[in-house]
Amino acid sequence: MVEENKENPESLSRRKFIRNTGYTVGGLAVGGIIGSVLPLGMAKKSKEEKANNFNQALMYFTPEQFRVVDAATERIFPKDDHGPGAKELGVAFFIDHQLAGDWGFNGRDYMQAPFYQGEKVQGYQGRLKRRDVFDIAIREIQNHSKAVYKKDFTALKGKEQDAILSDFEADKVNITTISPSGFFQMLRSVTLEGAYSDPLYGGNKNMDGWKMKNYPGSQMAYADIIDKKFKKVKPQSLQNHMNH
Amino acid sequence: MARKLPKVDVVIVGVGWAGGIIASELTKKGLKVVGLERGKERKTEDYFMVHDELRYALRYELMQDLSKETITFRGNENIRALPMRQYGSFLIGDGLGGAGVHWNGQTFRFLPYDFEIYSKTVERYGKDKIPADMALQDWGITYDQLEPYYDKFEKVAGISGEENPLAGKRSSKYPTPPMKKSPAMVMFEKATKKMKLHPYMMPSANLSESYTNPDGIKRAACQYCGYCERFGCEYGAKADPVVTVIPIANKTGNFEIRTHSNVRRILKTGDKVTGVMYTDVTTGEEIEQPADIVVLTSYVFNNIRLLLMSEVGRPYDPNTGTGVIGKNYAYQVIKGNAIGFFDDKEFNTFAGAGALGMVVDDYNGDNFDHANLNFIHGGMISLSQTGLRPIQNNPVPGGKPTWGKEFKEKSVKYANRFLTVASQGSSMPFKRHYLDLDPSYKDVYGDPLIRITFDFEEQDRQMAKFLAGKCADVLKEMGANHIDSMKDLGPYDITTYQSTHNTGGVIMGADPATSAVNNYMQMWDVDNLFVVGASAFPHNSGYNPTDTVGALAYRAAEGILKYRDTGGQVV
Repeated sequence: MVEENKENPESLSRRKFIRNTGYTVGGLAVGGIIGSVLPLGMAKKSKEEKANNFNQALMYFTPEQFRVVDAATERIFPKDDHGPGAKELGVAFFIDHQLAGDWGFNGRDYMQAPFYQGEKVQGYQGRLKRRDVFDIAIREIQNHSKAVYKKDFTALKGKEQDAILSDFEADKVNITTISPSGFFQMLRSVTLEGAYSDPLYGGNKNMDGWKMKNYPGSQMAYADIIDKKFKKVKPQSLQNHMNH
Repeated sequence: MARKLPKVDVVIVGVGWAGGIIASELTKKGLKVVGLERGKERKTEDYFMVHDELRYALRYELMQDLSKETITFRGNENIRALPMRQYGSFLIGDGLGGAGVHWNGQTFRFLPYDFEIYSKTVERYGKDKIPADMALQDWGITYDQLEPYYDKFEKVAGISGEENPLAGKRSSKYPTPPMKKSPAMVMFEKATKKMKLHPYMMPSANLSESYTNPDGIKRAACQYCGYCERFGCEYGAKADPVVTVIPIANKTGNFEIRTHSNVRRILKTGDKVTGVMYTDVTTGEEIEQPADIVVLTSYVFNNIRLLLMSEVGRPYDPNTGTGVIGKNYAYQVIKGNAIGFFDDKEFNTFAGAGALGMVVDDYNGDNFDHANLNFIHGGMISLSQTGLRPIQNNPVPGGKPTWGKEFKEKSVKYANRFLTVASQGSSMPFKRHYLDLDPSYKDVYGDPLIRITFDFEEQDRQMAKFLAGKCADVLKEMGANHIDSMKDLGPYDITTYQSTHNTGGVIMGADPATSAVNNYMQMWDVDNLFVVGASAFPHNSGYNPTDTVGALAYRAAEGILKYRDTGGQVV
């Protein structure tokens, strides 16, 4: 890992940014965000905020469900020499929080009857909501682990956990209520979401997911570097903008 | 009984690009216009927290709420159409500015060939070149006729660009110079020049510099923040209806926008429409808005759905080939791509803009000989740098594995070391690709959903394969260490994002027997009803559609003013 703890000299203050980029027309600052957030300054975080992460508690999962998801997502996105895996990034907390809200309830999906089995190209046609799918899938991960290895999923070795997950991915588990591969793909997608979404959602802890990829998060402007060679930019989260 | 409001000159259904353009042009001439928009208001200040990939790109913040209304889809008539329960293939915009808010800003003119595609194909290759089931037809307008309207739209939006050596003639230069060139774009330019192709800078609605348009609207330059498609612009640097045409209409004092107003029926008496009925979605109240002229400017699907539900126009019958509403639904063939991995290079690909890129048109339209090819038309090939956001971009060489240790290692390693060269294939119309009302699925009001019957054809498969090969050739010339390219297009799949370039259904033409609107977007069957948008395209070209939508909207505005003065058909 490359050192990340020094201040990036290229980081632009918004004031400097406006000066440098000529972000004015006829002397007037234009554009709503700029107009609304000046002047700028970093608010100091209190010691208490640094000490606690109040976000790391459960909104939906039972403790057992959480442990299974924590273990499964770590196999999908494991800790390695490049940096932390799903567990350290808080991915299972992210998933828990997502299931507790709109996404878990399929709040903005069309969920009206009648329900028919469709062609693959017609997409998801089930009546179950994502939180129901997770409930069933987690139970079935446990059942499958017990059937094959006589142990809970969380007690299995890494390779054994991979074998269980591969069975889901390849539809080699006999479940009638949900599609094992459909669940696996959803778990994979939501794992990547947890690793790489803004830390405000509970994953990508400390922006470590972004740091691994050299992704700078939310920056005001790249006008100075867009036509230049690769440049590492110190990441910022959306919270940086709130404190302005 | 619906509450009836006082009559206005014009009522516009849907306030996006087309609605905004028409409102600005008509209100400037003193017409009293009401714009009905079913979504909420939107403004630049809303995008304070816009650099949020999860919220905007994956939870579809700016898109229509599918729990209330969606579409149904089937690959062909032997299959039961089922609802698109979750987003995938395309993203339907919602709210003021419509899909014009969340676009990338790639602003291409169609080719002269496109507007006379049937005649020119027959002329060069003979009638047999066109498959029997392809519903190819001319547009009833030529490029030269449409050119002044393209010019107008590009000036209002402030499009940044440079001359495309293989396109139709321009009456004036782009209003602003091209955007900056990233190192990856320079590589693409060098490689394609070496291959004797004709690269040019992608025409962009992300402003390259501060710009004041002919209406006096001032906008700032793009900052290459990498959040355009699926996002609103926090600078107003990306042209959208909210920062260009809608303020002009508002300034006249003649434009009233009613948000949260979902139009459900067009009202008709005899051979004229008399207004629309809409539901105030905040109260559930049904309201009637009478008007002398009705203009449909909602997204493709809703334009057709409103006509069919209101029994206005002749519905298309695929068995007899008669009727016109719902006919010639087309899309975009977007999967003919190649991705190149570079072991020794790292790029600033996290940075970008929606319309930052370089393009070659050597394999678009009829710019190349199709005599020995099993398809017509083609598509643009580009390297665009739109900003690679981290959740959605995790490719690994060979596409496998997709999870676990090796996936993580490689997806992290190549995060800033891959480039995509992509084609945007045209989509030809077919007799059995169409839109009609679904017999069983309903929206939240109990009205039928629109049903899509569509699949890729041999034309599409051949073209995509051809274009993917060309994309791979470019990447090879650019020095990629490993290249993956599309091998087989497969069936049309509504679950994977392709593009929000749905077209057709209320197509324009010169003949009322085969088209729904004339070349001013005026319904042949109803003189005081204009239907504007990509719904008027008889086929879709190998480019993004918005420039052509903008041009047709300016043309329609002129037609509406003519109609007000003379009545009857304006052609």
